[in-house]
Amino acid sequence: MALLSLRNVSVSYDKVEAVRGVSLDVEAGQIVSVIGPNGAGKTTMMLATMGLLPLTGEVTFEGASLAGLDVEDRVERGICLVPEKRELFSDLSVADNLILGSYSLKDRSGVDAALAQVYERFPRLRERRRQAAGTLSGGERQMLALGRALMAKPKLLILDEPSLGLAPLIVREIFRTIASLRALGVSVLLVEQNARAALETADYGYVLETGEIVQEGLADSLIHDPKLIAAYLGGGESR
Amino acid sequence: MTSDIAAILALDGIATGAIYVLVAVGTVLIFTVTRVMFIPFGDIAAFTALTLAALETGQLPGTVGLVLVLAVLASLVEVWSLARAGKARQIPKALVFYLLLPVLIVLLARLALPLTPSMPVRILLALLLVMPISPLLDRIVFRPIADASVLLLLIVSMALHFALVGLGLLFFGPEGVRTQPLTNAAFEIFGVHVGGQTILIVLASIVFSGLLYLFFGFTLTGKALRATAVNRTGARLMGIRPARSGAIAYLVGSLMAGVSGILVAPVNTIFYDSGFLLGLKAFVGAIIGGLASYPGTAIGAVFVGVLESFASFESSALKEVIVFSLLIPILIWRSIASPHIEEEVEE
Repeated sequence: MALLSLRNVSVSYDKVEAVRGVSLDVEAGQIVSVIGPNGAGKTTMMLATMGLLPLTGEVTFEGASLAGLDVEDRVERGICLVPEKRELFSDLSVADNLILGSYSLKDRSGVDAALAQVYERFPRLRERRRQAAGTLSGGERQMLALGRALMAKPKLLILDEPSLGLAPLIVREIFRTIASLRALGVSVLLVEQNARAALETADYGYVLETGEIVQEGLADSLIHDPKLIAAYLGGGESR
Repeated sequence: MTSDIAAILALDGIATGAIYVLVAVGTVLIFTVTRVMFIPFGDIAAFTALTLAALETGQLPGTVGLVLVLAVLASLVEVWSLARAGKARQIPKALVFYLLLPVLIVLLARLALPLTPSMPVRILLALLLVMPISPLLDRIVFRPIADASVLLLLIVSMALHFALVGLGLLFFGPEGVRTQPLTNAAFEIFGVHVGGQTILIVLASIVFSGLLYLFFGFTLTGKALRATAVNRTGARLMGIRPARSGAIAYLVGSLMAGVSGILVAPVNTIFYDSGFLLGLKAFVGAIIGGLASYPGTAIGAVFVGVLESFASFESSALKEVIVFSLLIPILIWRSIASPHIEEEVEE
């Protein structure tokens, strides 16, 4: 049974249907990527999965329906979204941002250890732990957003455009971090415009175009699909 | 004006300002967390003073009726909305918070009253009785419109203030009260006579501001409140419920307003409608702090107090005019100094 599954999910803004009849599964321990052009409805789909937008259709997590649950309830169940806009607490220190990541945990005993792990994963955050989050660079902000999400010990991490606006070197580091989450047993739903990096990291991929899933398959096979290479992967392997 | 008089006026102004600090800081706290400009805040301070006065004369304060009515209303609203959202299992917990706790406080006051409690106990009872009022009002009035614009929330808040003044008249009556002095001690500092009450006011203001600082800086709940104020969506994504943060902000803010009411009651005669001016002057202080900075708010509130003190010496009739005229240059300065931020449009 899949950890997260969407069945026939549609999301509308007023009268415009931004996502139409999407079905998707994330198995436990898997990294699943949704790729597609700007405006395909990727972010909309993630916000609705998290409960920030109303949807029709069915979303189940660990076999139980999420219908009627608030965002906060979903966080307590073990789903954590790192949104495209990061949504950091800019006036608060890096350390406080991280501590607040663990807010949903009832058992506070592992919080210090989790904080140490995040600092180990991102030494930059340890250096800047007393600085306000608003003073960080783009790459550091994404590290903080990821670190904050990891503090919640999520079962499923939803990442919306983690590479957006970042320098190539940092993008590589972020994707290396995402790949390493497999070892922690965290499942990842990764939404990306950077299709190549996303598919290289993921186990399974979906292609979303104008609100509908047009293709899906193992990431390894999608990455060699000539049609996809032409549409999204561009430039071949020459980089 | 001799330097003696100036010193006395300055001291008096600082004491008045210290009272404004408590109300102003509470106002900023509630505004940043809930986006509600809580005008009835001064009324809460006045109601605390009236409650304490009633307890001193051995009467059951009008607050009891007010709290019970609000508790029943809030419980009905909460149960109705939980039942409609299909969350019937959360009803018992909600009833504990919105019905049982307020009723217990009222019972406590009822039982303690015949025992003629001592002054510290009376103060504690008055604070306990007043603290549920704002969280209950929040549940009844503001929670259903939590996502409305700041302007709409402000207008509702204004209406709520007038409703509360009416309720104040109903529950407390039209008589003004002045409570027993908290202390009769007096000191001589550099040749200036300083009342113990003045020192107590300043000390209390410093202590409670310090406690608030510790609460925000060192507790998870305090940090969660700041997080809600900085970024509501981000806070929700971490599992921090804005409604819960709001309730805590109202509780903490009420405590600040309550303490200021206790401190002002022995110095000024308080009527059921005395809270408005108190709240409005604290608001001027909060505006100086940009409705965001706590130190700025505290400095602003003390400044308002000192200005008021000197203004009342120069021209007692014009003192309110002078204090509120201050708003105009401050607003001009603030609108030039700080970049204009569009109100966030969410979703």
